[in-house]
Amino acid sequence: MKTSHLLLLALLAATGLLTGCVNVQPWERGNLADPTMSGRNPLGGMMSEHMWFSREAASGGRGVGGGGCGCN
Amino acid sequence: MNTSYNKNNQAKTKLTAIVAVHLLGAFLAVAAPLKEGDTFPDLNQFGLEGTVPDTHGKVVIVDFFASWCHPCQESFPVMEELYKQYAGKGVVIIAINLDKNKADMDDFLKSHPASFVILRDGSNKLVSQVKIPTMPSSFLLDRNGKIHAFHRGFKGEETRKKYIEEIEALLK
Repeated sequence: MKTSHLLLLALLAATGLLTGCVNVQPWERGNLADPTMSGRNPLGGMMSEHMWFSREAASGGRGVGGGGCGCN
Repeated sequence: MNTSYNKNNQAKTKLTAIVAVHLLGAFLAVAAPLKEGDTFPDLNQFGLEGTVPDTHGKVVIVDFFASWCHPCQESFPVMEELYKQYAGKGVVIIAINLDKNKADMDDFLKSHPASFVILRDGSNKLVSQVKIPTMPSSFLLDRNGKIHAFHRGFKGEETRKKYIEEIEALLK
């Protein structure tokens, strides 16, 4: 098989993979909106943050979560 | 020699065509959502649960909601208020539920009672075509079924005022 054929096949495979990518649509975020997806409760989070700061002299960096319905 | 060259060319053309079809598929998968001025799809064509009301010649609000969406909980009392204010003047409000389980919708409606029409798009056929960008999303349709305004999310009093202005303008 020639290089050009291989290249085209690779491109074909890549486009196949691209079409297979799926975004979680806004109306499919019911599970993400569950309160248990937001991590610990706020009080627990504050306690962890306090201990982390005391032990490691570091804080923050926890602002990115995996949950939420992404509403509005 | 010439024959093998032609065969090679044909193979290339076929592969290019397949790649083009794939790319077209990828493009269609991210097709643009509806915009103002577009005709809203006929609700009777999506197998929605519930009875689709007659909207011929009426101003219509189509609101997509789900029980897990907090702004939807805030929007429902406003929809109810708009319904009571404008139902007699030719406005139809249709709320379309997108919960996976009907029981979740029923629980939601117990705590957020609604007099307007509730339909359920359990198969997500309609919303997959409309492609709303966030929850909740609502469309205000004119008397010809065309999208007059689109509301992305619900922003309390600001959204309520906009609705009233837009409905009043359409009823004139």
